[in-house]
Amino acid sequence: MEKYLWLVPALPFAGALILILGSGKLTKGISGFIGAGSVGLSAAISLVLGLQFLREPATVIQQQLWSWFSVGGLSTNFALHLDALSMVFIFVITFVGFLIHLYSIEFMHDDDGFTRFFAYLNLFVCSMLILVLADNLVLMYLGWEGVGLCSYLLIGFWYKEEKNGYAARKAFIITRVGDTAMAIGLFMLFQTFGTLTIQEILNLAPQRLPMGSETGTIIAFLLLGGAVGKSAQLPLQTWLPDAMAGPSPVSALIHAATMVTAGVYLITRTFPLFELAPLAQNWVGIIGAVTLLIAGFSALTQFDLKRVLAYSTISQIGYMFLALGVGAYSSAIFHFMIHAFFKALLFLGAGAVIMVLHHEHDMFKMGGLKDKLPVIFWTFLIGAGSLAALPFITAGFYSKDQILWMALASEKGNIWFFLAALIGAFVTAIYTFRMVFLTFYGEEKTHVGHPVGALITIPLVILGILSFAAGFIELPHTLGHFTLFSDYMTAVVPATELSPGIESTEWLIQLSAAVLCLAGVGIAYFFYMKRTDLRAELKSSMIVTNRFWYSGWGFDQVYDFVFVKPYVYLSSINKNDIIDAFYKGIVSVSNFFHDAFARTQNGVMRWYIMGIVVGAIFVLSIGLLFQ
Amino acid sequence: MVLLLFIIILMAGGVVAWIASRFNETVGKIIALLTVSADLALSIMVWLNRQAYLDSSQDQWMMRFNAEWIPTFGISVSFALDGLSLLMIMLTFFLGVLAVLTSWKEIEYRTGFYYFNLLWVLAGITGVFLTMDLFLFYFFWEVMLIPMYFLIGVWGHENKTYAAYKFFIFTQASGLLMLLAILSLYFIHGSANGTYTFNYFELLNTTYSPEVGRLLMLGFLAAFVVKLPVVPFHTWLPDAHSQAPTAGSLILAGLLLKTGAYGLLRFVVPFFPEASLELAPVAMLFGVIGILYGAILAFSQTDFKRLVAYTSVSHMGFVILGVFAFNELAWQGVVMQMITHGISTGALFILAGSLYERIHTRDITSMGGFWARMPFMAVIALIFSMASLGLPGLGNFVAEFLTLLGSWSANRTLTIFAAIGLVGATAYSLRIMQKIYYGEARMDPHRSSHSQDLGTREKLIFIPMVLLIVWLGVYPQVFIDTAKRPVNDGLKLSEQKIRKSFEAREAVLNQKGGAHE
Repeated sequence: MEKYLWLVPALPFAGALILILGSGKLTKGISGFIGAGSVGLSAAISLVLGLQFLREPATVIQQQLWSWFSVGGLSTNFALHLDALSMVFIFVITFVGFLIHLYSIEFMHDDDGFTRFFAYLNLFVCSMLILVLADNLVLMYLGWEGVGLCSYLLIGFWYKEEKNGYAARKAFIITRVGDTAMAIGLFMLFQTFGTLTIQEILNLAPQRLPMGSETGTIIAFLLLGGAVGKSAQLPLQTWLPDAMAGPSPVSALIHAATMVTAGVYLITRTFPLFELAPLAQNWVGIIGAVTLLIAGFSALTQFDLKRVLAYSTISQIGYMFLALGVGAYSSAIFHFMIHAFFKALLFLGAGAVIMVLHHEHDMFKMGGLKDKLPVIFWTFLIGAGSLAALPFITAGFYSKDQILWMALASEKGNIWFFLAALIGAFVTAIYTFRMVFLTFYGEEKTHVGHPVGALITIPLVILGILSFAAGFIELPHTLGHFTLFSDYMTAVVPATELSPGIESTEWLIQLSAAVLCLAGVGIAYFFYMKRTDLRAELKSSMIVTNRFWYSGWGFDQVYDFVFVKPYVYLSSINKNDIIDAFYKGIVSVSNFFHDAFARTQNGVMRWYIMGIVVGAIFVLSIGLLFQ
Repeated sequence: MVLLLFIIILMAGGVVAWIASRFNETVGKIIALLTVSADLALSIMVWLNRQAYLDSSQDQWMMRFNAEWIPTFGISVSFALDGLSLLMIMLTFFLGVLAVLTSWKEIEYRTGFYYFNLLWVLAGITGVFLTMDLFLFYFFWEVMLIPMYFLIGVWGHENKTYAAYKFFIFTQASGLLMLLAILSLYFIHGSANGTYTFNYFELLNTTYSPEVGRLLMLGFLAAFVVKLPVVPFHTWLPDAHSQAPTAGSLILAGLLLKTGAYGLLRFVVPFFPEASLELAPVAMLFGVIGILYGAILAFSQTDFKRLVAYTSVSHMGFVILGVFAFNELAWQGVVMQMITHGISTGALFILAGSLYERIHTRDITSMGGFWARMPFMAVIALIFSMASLGLPGLGNFVAEFLTLLGSWSANRTLTIFAAIGLVGATAYSLRIMQKIYYGEARMDPHRSSHSQDLGTREKLIFIPMVLLIVWLGVYPQVFIDTAKRPVNDGLKLSEQKIRKSFEAREAVLNQKGGAHE
């Protein structure tokens, strides 16, 4: 099976190529078959490879495809590297990606751009696979940028709307800011290590970069810059809420299987560099903690169902960053996987709701769908429970609980990280169930269209099962102590070192998290089910805060004012190129003298005689003066 | 002999096409097409036989041609071909074929004279890339200038006379400074060695004081930085590009600018390594200014061709940044940039031409929503916009990545600013897509010419360009290998010269020091 590794990214790519070349000629059936089928095959290959890795987590599969370029000491290849870490990623990407493809066949069925849509989706999956499979940073950068391109194409898929194009460009440009930081990081890495092959860098790192060295710290910060761009973390998080301008399956793909998890992958992949730069690693945690809070509060105030989910993604990725910041790599990856399941589920569910409600996004205009759409409701509820981390029964509880615990217990953790994570968990529970209550309970406000078909419900059910059951592969010490996932991950990342003597408090942490989560659900229930009349009062009493949170803490406005407006202004005032004024000036001056002297040639004899006389006097007087 | 043939075929083909067109225009076009295709085929054959050259360690040159011309003044017809010039002439003929194809329907009057000029520009460019005699070099420099002036001035758009004059004066004035430098070099060499010659290889060994070196370098530099162009000498370019007919813009952007870059690599650095090294920080600074300035200006242009012209200014900034970084990575990046920019920007200009043929405007604010009606063209536009913003997988990425990687070790601060230019490139490239292909359709969809997707001839132009830019993006090694020897030899030579003069000065200092003791 090992030698077929290259097929994993190649199949979706081939699919994309066929769909692009055949666009206009292929029927929708064939397009959907090629699109979903190619990713399905990749998923099958990944599954087989995954079984092999489960038996033998320390396996490493290397595959060299061809030499890309080699110049002046730099040699990069199209080469793949599969280990336990990238295995988790390719499994999630292909498997969740496949489910999203299946769902899209029905969801996009009436769209004119059906074939184009599947071409982009396939390319997206392919880019993400290259990103996680690359054995060197240049190839990873190719996947990295490819993901950016595909997100641009898919967010702007309905290109006729001006605002979709805007959201698409915003996503591409903002992530490109991060990418540029990462590119500079690559230059520094090359200068320090003389290679850009990831494993070589990681092996050489302890020798070349002393603990806490300046170079190492700058490199880690630059990589972090790339990571925050793609993963929508502070301060580059602003593109993600707008990114839901694309069709719902795209949001599911961006938020769950691809794109936003790229940053988590990058940091985990290069964790030795971060361990050698404690300052940078601490900042990973700080960024995660702050992001998870501000995104959580923003999610509390949104009307748009998909926007709530978008902010929840930013917040959940914040948890992963927090975990990475305290050195709990395995916990971060575990949460990544669980999050991929439930976030894909939630977005696909939300998409289905929006579809049957005829493109209604506003949760306040929804309601009462519980009985009308039972499958969507129950699966959505499972996903929501997982997002809110309902204790004991959801997968999200096990993955998030681990991060909460690590935020405190890890040697690199502290009480502030823990408190941020705890408050975040509380807020998450509130906004998640606010969303559930508004959308599915209460009275029906919008007419429900025709029900959804099997291609939509099957992916929902599968993801629902995973969002519920996948958590049981990793249970904490206090509850069964089953460590399948973290044992598996030790093949690539070290176990987190805990502060001495802290183990005994683990049950306390879990209890407080569980209580806060249930309290959050209770608050949501109180305001959105029980006493809906109090809502208006609450809202008017904190209208300023509400608006501030609603706008995503004003980041958009600040960036607009500091970067976008000045750039556009600078560009527009100089549209005619001020430098050209200099050359035009030369032309005018020459023309002026040309006119002036031309005027003296008027054909009148007395002017000429006058000229001769004046000239003669001038020359003579100079002669006399300088005698 | 082959080298001479490259130029003669073009020149003769030009004359024949002109004459034939008097009787039958189609025959004239076909002759022009065949002429350039013959040269392209010939150059590819030479390239396919490159292995012996790559393996051998002695001669830096793949081919040479030498004949006396005016022996009294030491002027000879001297050509030589190495990997660098081979790549350049292949690019010349490739874009040349496309130039003939794009003109096929666009040029409606005086076609014979048009193709004559087109082929003679190409001949001039080929000459510039091949000649190893500085007098002849200057001659070809003019040969490419004058027909280009006609191409813009006769077949251009609404403001063609102004643009043609501007182009001519800028290039001519800077070219005269180069002539001055060439003549000075000639006399300095002659008076020192007794042999008066314009031969490149002889002049390479001329020695002069640092002050003289600096002055002479500035003379050469003047011609090349105007051609390249480097901000603030770029203002001829947006006018010339936007007013020229499509093939004219293609050749200007794809090839004429590259003669400036080629001149830097072939003449400025090897002749004046020391002075170049002194100038490097300033030159790199100007490169970065060009990258950012071009990107900012491109963003606000509303004339499609003007927009693309400013992106050229931005991209050429990478060339000067890389040349003065003085290392293999950066130089290979520069060579790649010359090729990939020629293709990607050329494609954007042809797109502008195709749009102009359909809707008779270059104003992007009046366009929009073309994706629905011209999906094929939109995909092509997408590919080349992505190339222009440096998307990995397309050739331009390799070029810019290598250039930046190389310049990082030379100057970190400037490299950071140059890298920021990539964000600017994203902004203007996406603006192209947004204004033209995204959004609501603004033009009348019922006029058939407004919604015709690319035809066979146009596909024939774009598909090879796409294939080539992807090839350059995923497997550039064959091109890198071809340019490897010239790049390394150029660097080695410069290093040796710098070391030698350094040692000489050291010796003088030691002597002086000894005298004092």
